[in-house]
Amino acid sequence: MVKDQEFLKSKASYCLDLAKKMGATDASVTVGHSISETVNFRNKSLEASDRSDGLALSIETYLGKRRSSISSSNLLDENIKTLIEKCFETTKITPEDEFNSLPDKNLLAKQISSLNLYDETRFENDKKIKYLNDLEESASSDNQIINTESSFTENKSNFILANSDGFCDGYKTSSFTTSCVTVAKDENSMERDYEFSSKRHLSDIKQAIELGNKAAKQTIRKLSPKKIGSEKISIIFDKRISKGMLSVFASAISASAIARGTSFLKDKIDEQVFADSINVIDKPDMIKGMGSQNFDSEGVNSNTLQLIENGILKNYLVDTYNGKKLNLKSNGRSGGTTNLYFEKGNISYEDLMKKDSRSLYITETIGHGSNIVTGDYSVGATGFLVEDGEFKYPVNEITIAGNFKDMFKNIILANDLEFEYSVNSPTMMIEGMTVAGK
Amino acid sequence: MSNFFNKSDLTRQDADKIVSETLNNCDDGELYLEESKSESIVLDDNKIKSSNYSSDLGFGFRAISNEVVAYSYSNEISKDSLKNSSENLKSTLKSIKGTYNHEIPKSNKKFYEDINPIEQKSLDSKLEVLNKVNDFLRKKDGSVKQVTASFAGEQKSIEIIRSGGEALTDVRPLIRFNVSVMLEKNGRKETGVYGIGGRQSYDDYLKNDNWKNVCEEAFRIASVNLESKPAPAGEMKVVLGPGWPAILIHEAIGHGLEGDFNRKKTSAFHDLIGEKVASEGVTIVDDGTIDNRRGSLTIDDEGTPTERTVLIENGILKNFMQDRHNARLMNTRSTGSGRRENYRHIVLPRMRNTMMLSGNQTQDEMIKSVDKGIFAVSFGGGQVDITSGKFVFNCTEAYEINNGKIGSPIKGATLIGDGPSILKEVSMVGNDMMLDPGIGTCGKAGQGVPVGVAQPSILIDKMTVGGTKL
Repeated sequence: MVKDQEFLKSKASYCLDLAKKMGATDASVTVGHSISETVNFRNKSLEASDRSDGLALSIETYLGKRRSSISSSNLLDENIKTLIEKCFETTKITPEDEFNSLPDKNLLAKQISSLNLYDETRFENDKKIKYLNDLEESASSDNQIINTESSFTENKSNFILANSDGFCDGYKTSSFTTSCVTVAKDENSMERDYEFSSKRHLSDIKQAIELGNKAAKQTIRKLSPKKIGSEKISIIFDKRISKGMLSVFASAISASAIARGTSFLKDKIDEQVFADSINVIDKPDMIKGMGSQNFDSEGVNSNTLQLIENGILKNYLVDTYNGKKLNLKSNGRSGGTTNLYFEKGNISYEDLMKKDSRSLYITETIGHGSNIVTGDYSVGATGFLVEDGEFKYPVNEITIAGNFKDMFKNIILANDLEFEYSVNSPTMMIEGMTVAGK
Repeated sequence: MSNFFNKSDLTRQDADKIVSETLNNCDDGELYLEESKSESIVLDDNKIKSSNYSSDLGFGFRAISNEVVAYSYSNEISKDSLKNSSENLKSTLKSIKGTYNHEIPKSNKKFYEDINPIEQKSLDSKLEVLNKVNDFLRKKDGSVKQVTASFAGEQKSIEIIRSGGEALTDVRPLIRFNVSVMLEKNGRKETGVYGIGGRQSYDDYLKNDNWKNVCEEAFRIASVNLESKPAPAGEMKVVLGPGWPAILIHEAIGHGLEGDFNRKKTSAFHDLIGEKVASEGVTIVDDGTIDNRRGSLTIDDEGTPTERTVLIENGILKNFMQDRHNARLMNTRSTGSGRRENYRHIVLPRMRNTMMLSGNQTQDEMIKSVDKGIFAVSFGGGQVDITSGKFVFNCTEAYEINNGKIGSPIKGATLIGDGPSILKEVSMVGNDMMLDPGIGTCGKAGQGVPVGVAQPSILIDKMTVGGTKL
């Protein structure tokens, strides 16, 4: 069983009291407990089981404008005492930083509403095994599939965040995650693809057979790929790639990147950065949302933010420290975005596919080719050549490149948005990108 | 050396008894105990942004029978907790019986000292170096707009207890010093990053004001990039500089030669042992035994002494890298490549220091032989799709080559290639092998482990460069 609120609260207040007693002017502490159980399958038989049970503690102590932190997994009182002493000793010799402080009291979350983020259902390992067996049966039904690997993880967590201004709150969350990776082979090539599902509640997880089928289908269609020539072409990004554009956008508008001056979106508030049909929203209070939260990692209340309105940048993601640097109030985004999404577009998936007579549909990218300082983008890619709205043949060993400043302004979104993950996007087309191939 | 048996009610005798009784009917497994202390001190935006210290303690208990691995970890080292884990392992493996393999090789060699780098340098003197870095770079040039400098240090103590009570221990120091600088000139911004590190004390790396060299190198890379032009797009010849660019070797073929993917036959290399996979003159080893290197280990995380494993010899594929589990299932021996990020993770076959050895040509000869291509000197990171064999890496410093001469710097671009065939495109191997500066972390299945790479300059006849200029 995951530790209850009372246990975590008692540890948190022990830490705060101790820090105060030693002379800290302020302190904040997070205590968490998490239990995970994973079952792994391979080629329709059990491959591994893994159980983890972990406590985690992190403390920040302040002496005026001086601050330092410690973290540990050892929650024995004696160890905590030694660590807080060490932390406070370090604080004393760390230079002052005028922006160091706990969050403003009036921004702290006051009322916690239930977002239904915890499902207490126990999915016993025997049931996980049954699920994975069904999943791999369906994934391996085509004889071109030569290897299947799948897993099911159940996680239950609880945490308390407390600070010396009296904030003390936390809540339980759960997640159920299943994934399937399949390998297909023909006379020309060997290819891999995957499918996964991750939800707060067990009953929302995709059906095993559906998941297995989808993974297999996505893998088989990649067999016997061709390399295409280098050219300018419109690119259609599958949903699992288009949501990555939002993650890049989020890191470029984090207050820390803005304050440090290391973002291509610095000083762009109230300026057009996306095509004028684009809206981007970050909504923390979605029921059962994978990214939902009642407050951020500092205890600050978080409300829905419209980040992009008709293509115009409206907000950065602000935490207390970087907010003070920028003269902005925290908007509860210490720790980043919550449930981030593009509002759906007004063209159907089918029409988007037919929009250009010839385009490239990307299902996977590899490499770390997003530079948020310059906006330059260059990654390896795998996908399909699309002609007249149909997949013609699979394509690999190519790269796609551009600059986000231009790419964002050329985005066209389909109307097929679904809320599956903590970051969600419809299928996306960006016109006029460079493909490097032969 | 940590004593794991004075923390609670768990005695060594208890642990031995529970381990032996749990693993009695299994093929392999062990209790892995770990205590780590680590620090991170970061200067950013003219200030000490964070100073964090963390201590971690826990165990991971593993039992293997046939192809099934059962694993359970906890950060509470106690009799109850270990018994719970034992029950958990037994319930997974209840119907599968094995015969425990007691054999594990021994060695007295050590590749680093039992030191705690965190305690060897005072916090004050670390802060002083970081402030000097900041002042030095900001005074150096008006175009310097941002400086980030950091220290990261760690001491990890491990003990492995096998069935029958055999115990193996190791104490591993690790440090890293890193500088990142952002320049702005005429509205353009570029960053340069450089770092150094390994398994010695901070001062072994920082003596003779060596921090200045790190600053100079980060500054130089950023300055070069301020002048960069759009990179070309398409297939062309690529000359790679020595040292860190060997992450190409790591991505292109290293991962594909890890035992697990080959046992499962999901690696593009699984049926190529004894076959020619590289040009003649290409020899690649994975070596865990180089003194004080970031990727070196005295014993791996299963207790096997590390070694120098020949992967490719004169173009012929010789060996995969193995942990005990995959080696047993493939009827071979462990190469001392079983590694894990920490006690929370299972062991996987991983790289240590992956190196292409020197040939006899010069970098000059390579550049002169290229009509149109690029010269890549420094890289960010890379990634590989083991199954299709396609891999990428990102240039952070590169130049165009025109008619045998190095031309303008080009913007960061991704290079993509095919692992099983790329080494056949290597047409010249340089005489200038160099180790990387000690900064690599390799990710696999969500676990990061410190690694090293090395190579001489090489010429690749055909590779796709992912620029924007057609």
